[in-house]
Amino acid sequence: MEVLGRTLARILAKIIPLRVSGRGRILVYTGLVIVLAVIFMAIAAPVLTPYDPTRRAGRSFQPPSWEHPFGTNNLGYDMWARIVYGARTILIVVFLAIAISMAIGIPLGLLSGYYGGGIDRALSMVMDAIYAFPSLVLAISLAVALGPSLFNAAIAIAVVYVPTYFRMIRGQVLSVKEELFIEVAKALGIPTFRIIFKHILPHILPTIMVVFSLSAADAVLTEAALSYLGLSVQPPTPDWGYDLYKGKGFVLSGYWWLIFFPGLMITLLAVGFALIGEGLSERVRREQL
Amino acid sequence: MGLLRYVAIRAALIIPTVLILYTLVFIVLRILPGDPVLAVLGTKNIPPEQLEQIRHNLGLDKPYIVQYFEYLWNVLHGDFGTSMIISGRSITVDLLERLPATVELAVAGLLVSLLIGVSTGFLAAVKRDTKVDLGLRVFGAVTYTLFIPWLGLMFQLIFAVWLRWLPASGRIDPDVSLRTITGFYILDSILTGNIDALRSALSHIILPALTLGLVLSGPYTRLVRSNLIKALESNYVFAYHARGVRSSKILLHAFRNALIPVVTYAGLQFALLLGGAVLTETTFDWPGIGTYLVEKVGYRDYPAIQAVVIVFAFFVGVISLIVDLIYALLDPRIRY
Repeated sequence: MEVLGRTLARILAKIIPLRVSGRGRILVYTGLVIVLAVIFMAIAAPVLTPYDPTRRAGRSFQPPSWEHPFGTNNLGYDMWARIVYGARTILIVVFLAIAISMAIGIPLGLLSGYYGGGIDRALSMVMDAIYAFPSLVLAISLAVALGPSLFNAAIAIAVVYVPTYFRMIRGQVLSVKEELFIEVAKALGIPTFRIIFKHILPHILPTIMVVFSLSAADAVLTEAALSYLGLSVQPPTPDWGYDLYKGKGFVLSGYWWLIFFPGLMITLLAVGFALIGEGLSERVRREQL
Repeated sequence: MGLLRYVAIRAALIIPTVLILYTLVFIVLRILPGDPVLAVLGTKNIPPEQLEQIRHNLGLDKPYIVQYFEYLWNVLHGDFGTSMIISGRSITVDLLERLPATVELAVAGLLVSLLIGVSTGFLAAVKRDTKVDLGLRVFGAVTYTLFIPWLGLMFQLIFAVWLRWLPASGRIDPDVSLRTITGFYILDSILTGNIDALRSALSHIILPALTLGLVLSGPYTRLVRSNLIKALESNYVFAYHARGVRSSKILLHAFRNALIPVVTYAGLQFALLLGGAVLTETTFDWPGIGTYLVEKVGYRDYPAIQAVVIVFAFFVGVISLIVDLIYALLDPRIRY
């Protein structure tokens, strides 16, 4: 396992050079392999399966076989087809959600950290309140209010992670803004807006990358939870969380393939993002020492 | 006096937190586009007069600002209003009925996560930089990203369906009679000396508690490991060594100091625990606040959803206060 990981890391290092070394490198590349594999699944879905994920492909409740590697569900849909097409759903929601929360959280954090004062205090208070609250419950109530759909699920998840970005960026700005080169930039009369986005932002990019991966891991689980509770994409669109929920009804019948595969994929994708984040954070930590 | 002042300040700080969340939920559920009444009725073919009547009965025809303060006033008196679905059903009564189940599960989950997390963290620190250490760290990182319903359903498959060791879901066998006093089944069955009920309640809580506890144990592993390593490298440990104190005794001292941050973290994690409890409860059909929330979500019962959010916010605030208190008692340096 370790040898395989190291070889893979070496091959990948040739393709995607990253300035990460040691244990961090293995973590990052293992994570990358998983996430890229899921992205590949999503893109190449029609090539990977001949079946339509929303049409009957055979008898219901067939256990895994050569024809249906992940079996079929109660409606006779092919589970492998639902898994590969379901990768599209979860990836779209997660990336959309993270993009939205970055677009809100990063500018707010930059401004709040740079200017300080009353706005900073008010913003921090609101963000801390949201941050302290059980994120899943917040996402559930938002998703309910907005109504179940792919885009609304993304918004609900986005709101949950805005404070994560806000707090991280604000903290980083507070420490960077005391540095000499910012003093110099100010003395040179460079406009504040330019200082924030041209001089401070690039400095905290590595940290943003770490938080991006870790929050993506979390967002995968939140999306899966919303769709498990029927608050994301509506059936028959394939979605891992929803399929897992459907499988729950057949636990007592022992149809394990309806539960095992969708849940495994959710966990794998989350682990993939988490590993990237862990690996990158080892590098950031070393640089800050 | 210092400690009392500190507690007072911390207690006062809960109020804005709960208020902000209350406001946020209010905005989200009442002001955002989408008519809750229409969503509940599920149809637009309804006479306008009748619609007006329903809105009037629910107080939804008043200005937002009036609704905001009226509801806040009621909540402060412990009245969360009535359900929009089953008319006249008090939400407060519903919540009180289900709260013990959630607390029981949360406490059991917390105990399991502490047990797993502290023991693996301890082992990882003692066996530092070995294969055991690496394995335990990977274990901690992976369990943290497990999807709770998946883990729970796999446990059900293995232990309830295939091995038939434990029940798959529920809180107690339906044919066991138990006189409820506190609503906590385990406590009640001990209080009434009901062995059958105790056995049933315990066998039902094992799988959900294990699911919740395992997923939340990862951060404890990491925390205990890094703290114990730091403690073992500190000056007082060297001083002990120099004085020839037995290694096992030193380890015990270091371990005790390494546990202090765990208390804070356990409190901070309570929000996560409640979120996880929602998924655990729905997976195991556990009749707590989490399943209540999900049921109400199915009907778009806005007042009930709002009530659950406020109760959770209050919970999180109170727990963080208790944690700060314990911390202040443990570490006399912390004062305002």
